[in-house]
Amino acid sequence: MREIAVVAYSQSPCVADAGATNEVELIMPQLQAVYSQLGLASAQDVDFVCSGSCDYLQGAAFAFVAGVDALGAVPPIKESHVEMDAAWALYEAILKIRMGHADSALIYGFGKSSPGELPIVLSQRLDPYYLAPLWLDTVSLAALQARLLLDQDLVSERDMAAVVARSRRNAMDNPLAQLAGEFSIEELLAEEHFVAPLRRADCCPVSDGAAAMVIATVEQARAWGAPYARITGIDQRIENHNPCLRDLTDSVSTRQAAAAAGVHRGPVDVAEIYAPFSHQEILLTRALGLDDSTLVNPGGGVLAGNLMMASGLSRVGEVFRRIVDGKAGRGVAHATSGPCLQHNLVAVLEGA
Amino acid sequence: MVAAELLSQHFELGFTYTRSTGPVVGKFLTGLREGRVYGVRGSDGRVLVPPAEYDPLTGAALGEFVEVGQQGRLLSWCWVSEPREAHHLQQPFAWAMVQLDGADVAMIHYLEAPSAEAIRSGARVGISWAAEREGFITDIRCFTLLEGAAP
Amino acid sequence: MSEPLADVTGIKAPVYLKYRFTAGSAPARFLCRLKEGVLTGQRCPRCSNVYIPPRGSCPACGVPTEDEVVLSDKGTIQSFTIVSIPIPGNPIQPPYVVANIVPDGANISFIHLLSECVNEEVHIGQRVQALWKPAEEWGHAMDNIRYFRPLDEPDVPVERIGKLPVTGLEG
Ligand SMILES: [Zn+2]
Repeated sequence: MREIAVVAYSQSPCVADAGATNEVELIMPQLQAVYSQLGLASAQDVDFVCSGSCDYLQGAAFAFVAGVDALGAVPPIKESHVEMDAAWALYEAILKIRMGHADSALIYGFGKSSPGELPIVLSQRLDPYYLAPLWLDTVSLAALQARLLLDQDLVSERDMAAVVARSRRNAMDNPLAQLAGEFSIEELLAEEHFVAPLRRADCCPVSDGAAAMVIATVEQARAWGAPYARITGIDQRIENHNPCLRDLTDSVSTRQAAAAAGVHRGPVDVAEIYAPFSHQEILLTRALGLDDSTLVNPGGGVLAGNLMMASGLSRVGEVFRRIVDGKAGRGVAHATSGPCLQHNLVAVLEGA
Repeated sequence: MVAAELLSQHFELGFTYTRSTGPVVGKFLTGLREGRVYGVRGSDGRVLVPPAEYDPLTGAALGEFVEVGQQGRLLSWCWVSEPREAHHLQQPFAWAMVQLDGADVAMIHYLEAPSAEAIRSGARVGISWAAEREGFITDIRCFTLLEGAAP
Repeated sequence: MSEPLADVTGIKAPVYLKYRFTAGSAPARFLCRLKEGVLTGQRCPRCSNVYIPPRGSCPACGVPTEDEVVLSDKGTIQSFTIVSIPIPGNPIQPPYVVANIVPDGANISFIHLLSECVNEEVHIGQRVQALWKPAEEWGHAMDNIRYFRPLDEPDVPVERIGKLPVTGLEG
């Protein structure tokens, strides 16, 4: 099988409201950044382009098509799109390269969630007969999951606050983070509940922004001469759409994806986990089989800023960055999609 | 180049969808209109409420309907102190995961309760039917706590 | 006794979602000049094409367009259609003409109404000019231009449509 490497990555700051910035204006700076890391002129210099976004976030039909205006698609390019987090666009691009249909690929994800009421917009992903008409928002769904964990003593509110405190502290060194600061567990626990048992700080913020990445065969990566990290494993699994038919206190799909991606074939120096709610980070850390030897979400994770449709790709990008910076030798990136961790992707990255 | 003025506009996006129910969802919604709750038996013998069209384990088409109770046990809940505009209850309320008597999996719906303090996991709850029923999930207006149910 | 109701076979499941749309930086600058009665485009630094309405990038080159260009309100019909059926929600009575119009100085057309014309005589390459509403009614919208109407100028040869300078055919 062809060995594939991440060779460039960039993410915008996470901001609560990108204001007068359309999708093209969100995407383009990130594309320019990855081009400049490799000395590329445009998307014409890669073999395949795949993006992830969801038009419902901003309520603009075919915003993903408008996003193509950022690429320079004259003459026409090979392009594809997933109505999902761009981590799944990465997955598609990897398959394309493995099949020998491309040697390099540009992947980007963007989300402008501020125009709508994101937890309500996302409620419409649920079963259209039984749940969507109830407008069961994502925060409430996560709160139902948290209660199950709390009732079964699998997690405590103190554990959840500790996750938040660590995220906020780690984010202080992350210039792209939206929420950062020094908070004690006691301070966080003193806050009122938002959707009990969740406090506001247990929930990721709503952020606008974009991320981009270039991957290539190891041969192409060497030809470009940029530092790279190899993707040595990737897998993704989906569970039933009905949350009540799943064990919400575990993430079976994450366990399976982690095993298939080979997470346990070596030490895990760093893990970037896509956990939009504090209790989910604990649950996912267990499902990934990680222990204290792994540094989890050193930049604060998505509790510090969550770019819907790009945060999953960014998890891979953050692991890449730590490896090429020499701060880690081997790392794991996780992405999630769908209500209450329905669909999970796990990737393993290793140094050159 | 001058910085752009912030131009924004409120708008509502409407999708006036209608959906076919098929026989399984249709049976459930017809039942709701009659004030009854039907589940479907899965390949492992579990009664799934609301009914799934296809078995979650084997993918086989399902069709053995089982009427279940209108009361059940609260498996999980969360308290919405500030209802959102789209929510059907505009007073503080709970979301509930309820396993109806005779069902083997829970369903999620609204739970009307005076306060979060009145609710305990494991509590007994019952269906409060909508006054007008039309064959829709909202024919169940919400769940309510049953008298003397607090542990 | 009333007839028993038929089994449920369908549901109405409308979805209404509320948003606050914010125009991007390039469109916002375009709309602000439009409020002043000026059509502007943006020029690509790489291929020099001028786009209206600008979206912030050259879709051909994939680079930001920041060079703002004032365009003429005279233009050329690149294509058109005669609408003969009423469109739900549209107050305009058919038949009417909708045209792709390239304003002088731009390289891409936008869609607007054509009026004060004989519909059957409308043709590609025809010269047209904007009829603006009274200035006090101008807002951040393309309907500041009520419609375009024919101009008594020679037709533009097909190969020159979309390539005229801001000064027009003779410029
Ligand atoms: Zn260009």
